[in-house]
Amino acid sequence: MLKASHNTGLVFFPAFDWAIDPTHPEREERLLYTQDQVIEEGIFDIPGIIEYKPSLVTKEDIQRTHFCVPDEQSITTESHLISAGGAKTIADAVLNKEVKNGFALVRPPGHHAMRVTHGGRGFCHINIEAVMVEYIRSAYGLKRIAIIDTDCHHGDGTNDIFWHDPDVLFISMHQDGRTMFPGTGFPGELGGPNAKGSNLNIPLPPGTSTEGYLYVIRNCVLPVLEEFKPDLIVNSAGQDNHYTDPLTNMNFSAQGYAQLTTLLKPDIAVLEGGYAIEGALPYVNLGIILAMAGLDYAGVVEPDYNPDVLKQSVSITDKIKKTTDQIMTFWSQRKQMRQAAGSPGEIMVRHRETFYDTDNIFERQKEKIRICRDCGGSFEVDSKATPGRHILGVHIPINACDACKEQAYAFYDKADPAKYQTIYLQDRPKDAYEIKGGCS
Amino acid sequence: MILGLDVGGTHTDAVLLSSSGIHQHVKVPTDPDNLFSSVLSGFSKLLEHTDPKQVERVVISTTLTTNAIVQQTMTPVAMVVSAGPGIDPEFYRTSDHYYAVGGSINHRGREKAPVNEMEIQDIAKKIKKAGIEYVGVVSKFCVRNPSHEILIRRILKKYVKQVFLGHHVSGNLNFPRRIATTHLNASVFSLHKNFFEAVERSLLEKGLTVPIQILKADGGTMTLAASMHFPAQTVLSGPAASIMGAIPHAPAGQDAIVLDVGGTTTDISFLVDKTPLLEPVGIQRGRYKSLIRSLWTDSKGIGGDSALRVKQGKLRIGPDRKGPAMAFGGPVPTPTDALVVLGLMDEGDKEKAVQGIHDIARDLAMTDEAAADHIFRSCCSIILKKTFEMIDQINSKPVYTVHDFLEGYKLSPRRILMLGGPARFFAEKIQEMYQIETIAVQGSAVANAIGAALARTTCEVSLNADTEQGIVTAHEEDFAEPISKSYCEDDLIETAYTLLKEKAENCGADPDNLDQVEVVEFQEFNIVRNFSPRGKIFRTKMQLKPGLIKGYESVAS
Repeated sequence: MLKASHNTGLVFFPAFDWAIDPTHPEREERLLYTQDQVIEEGIFDIPGIIEYKPSLVTKEDIQRTHFCVPDEQSITTESHLISAGGAKTIADAVLNKEVKNGFALVRPPGHHAMRVTHGGRGFCHINIEAVMVEYIRSAYGLKRIAIIDTDCHHGDGTNDIFWHDPDVLFISMHQDGRTMFPGTGFPGELGGPNAKGSNLNIPLPPGTSTEGYLYVIRNCVLPVLEEFKPDLIVNSAGQDNHYTDPLTNMNFSAQGYAQLTTLLKPDIAVLEGGYAIEGALPYVNLGIILAMAGLDYAGVVEPDYNPDVLKQSVSITDKIKKTTDQIMTFWSQRKQMRQAAGSPGEIMVRHRETFYDTDNIFERQKEKIRICRDCGGSFEVDSKATPGRHILGVHIPINACDACKEQAYAFYDKADPAKYQTIYLQDRPKDAYEIKGGCS
Repeated sequence: MILGLDVGGTHTDAVLLSSSGIHQHVKVPTDPDNLFSSVLSGFSKLLEHTDPKQVERVVISTTLTTNAIVQQTMTPVAMVVSAGPGIDPEFYRTSDHYYAVGGSINHRGREKAPVNEMEIQDIAKKIKKAGIEYVGVVSKFCVRNPSHEILIRRILKKYVKQVFLGHHVSGNLNFPRRIATTHLNASVFSLHKNFFEAVERSLLEKGLTVPIQILKADGGTMTLAASMHFPAQTVLSGPAASIMGAIPHAPAGQDAIVLDVGGTTTDISFLVDKTPLLEPVGIQRGRYKSLIRSLWTDSKGIGGDSALRVKQGKLRIGPDRKGPAMAFGGPVPTPTDALVVLGLMDEGDKEKAVQGIHDIARDLAMTDEAAADHIFRSCCSIILKKTFEMIDQINSKPVYTVHDFLEGYKLSPRRILMLGGPARFFAEKIQEMYQIETIAVQGSAVANAIGAALARTTCEVSLNADTEQGIVTAHEEDFAEPISKSYCEDDLIETAYTLLKEKAENCGADPDNLDQVEVVEFQEFNIVRNFSPRGKIFRTKMQLKPGLIKGYESVAS
């Protein structure tokens, strides 16, 4: 008889009545065929597979992760709250040990949403994994968390949110940013001065096949995880590396996704992108579910799958090996890089520009962070959106040292209300969020 | 007049009623080894003083198929399944004669790999050689495109008596359940056919000429002729009969719990505004999961005759039954004995009851009276605990749209309706313990037979329209029609209604009782390729709700 080797939780929330707009890839029918496949396969009847109804995330849940401008309500729809809530529901089920692992098959996605969010970017408004991770840290006190983003697009939102956090290992493997939205995620992007090497970006050349993906998992992701020793592994399981995806140029397969899941053994997987809704998603999702539940997935093969056609060229294999070696070198030098980044107590400034493709917003940021060896370091972000608002957000990391806490309060107190429309304080140690009104 | 007969585990109840009330009621013991004689003696007794010509409707509910499953006396049948990509179909093996074959249809109903006709022919020969006469054929996604099942049947039918197809059992997706249901259908077919043809003959001899209706698990009826296509629908019609019998006593516009306390088990179910709640997919009991439409019932192994014992200082109730209560000559103490000891029940041998409860009381270090009260309370709390778990389960059922998420209906019953022998004692205790209004349904001993007698015909149709492929289908009804690009929601609903009406009339529905139509599900999706709309997918399910036939509302109350 078919029985999962352990309990696996699933949240399935296809949001059949929500779309960015009627012909947008992120629209109602995206998970329709996945639903058909999953239901026809009788997945929810398999002993050990438990389906959960998603909860809604609250304003407080979002405030742990984002500075929503002007506020949470303006940035999100109910669908975003349920989607993030689905991830949170799975987190609860896993951490309460009702299930060994879980998969949130939800939409809309979230991995392009950054800490400061003025609107939609890359189909994302709030970062559902990040909201979940911050919830887990506050509710369950877990310290070290690894997020492995296997979506074909660079998970720049998650990357941004954990940029300065040495306790969250973020690894994104994605199609080379020179050929793909959002155009970032190069090996040199290793994290902020206090967290160098805890962000690893692995760009893959167009045409990478199952062989290439699994090579990176075996030779880079797994060894790094082995050393990092996370308390929890999260997989941002984008499915747009598939050989039929209309938005990307990769050659990954349902079998490959299932094998990747078996190798990675994520505690929690959260669906991200994936827009080959008919030819790929039904099979990829089925493969991931079966792999999570420890069930045989040998029969999960796309009807038109032809491994010979999808084989990657020798030059691609070489490129991937080189990138992997480079990443492993960076990883081994992370401590020296943090030492070299600056001396404790020093304030470091960074300027950035971000374009919100979904909502056509241009944002300019000026960030100041305190160099610290004892914690992730407090920082402030001055953010001006066009069209939009000018705000200041101050963040105190969850395990902040006293010096960084003081620095953050100083940032907040000194912020000039005449200059900003709103000033926010994200006080993670107190699990509090404060707002100071500014000019309007 | 209407005649309703319900064969239960221990008794067979039959009633004769008209719009003015119940004319007659008989109760005969059920002979589990000869249900036919139980049915016949029920009919004979009822018709002793009645002219059969006056009977306009006959509804029968039996445990025939249920018993066959429990006792594993089903006919051996073969299954031919075609899976395509996905979980290995070997997991769903039903017997030695289970053949997983080639061929594949995808979720849109497109053929991805053809059937290998030679392969099917070889299997057909093997089946024939093994002396198997009935075969079930199921292909994955046959509800989107049944052509493979139809082709396989064409090859097989020369070799066997009858072939049952998966797409005829339900419009719902779920390949493993479809295999189980089709297998059950094929396995109980000859048993069902022989039994009811014999019943029909005997009734004809008695001068009863109206077509026989048979009760289904969803609390609706179908004609004998219709039942031959899907005999498995009669499984678990027993609990359905009781629930239908409780409907006249249910509050309008409110939710209610129905508890039917029997000898060995208590059946738990729910009514929403006098309409029973249906299982979302189909009957499931433990590992057994099907696509058979059914009322949402579950049972707890606690009844009036459950065996009582003390293990490690703790009271254990059931789930087994060793016989009747000691007060009625049984071998071990039961909850009924506790009722006798408490002085609630006057019938039975009180001395024997005390003797039985005393053993329990000694092991629990309690007085006889206290032990009896403890037993009674425990029964109530175990049943209610299970009931609340079911309500939680119903209310936490996942939904797939933002609208349903925000507007989702929450079941919150304010009243309990109790049926069965000890109903009146339990009702009082439960009300005292839980402060929920609890009513013992009057004349609950015949509620099951009344429920069967008054149940309406039910049915459901599932339609799928795809304007990109230019087709609307209801494969369960063998229906497919071309449509234009401008096909819309109203068109689909109209088609669905026509099909539902036709199906209902074929199942024996009275045209006056066709107004309880409900759209169970409606979904509409754009099909977009390369950022431009290519068509729409519409899906709907429409049903004739379970309920009572018109004009008899006052009968039971």
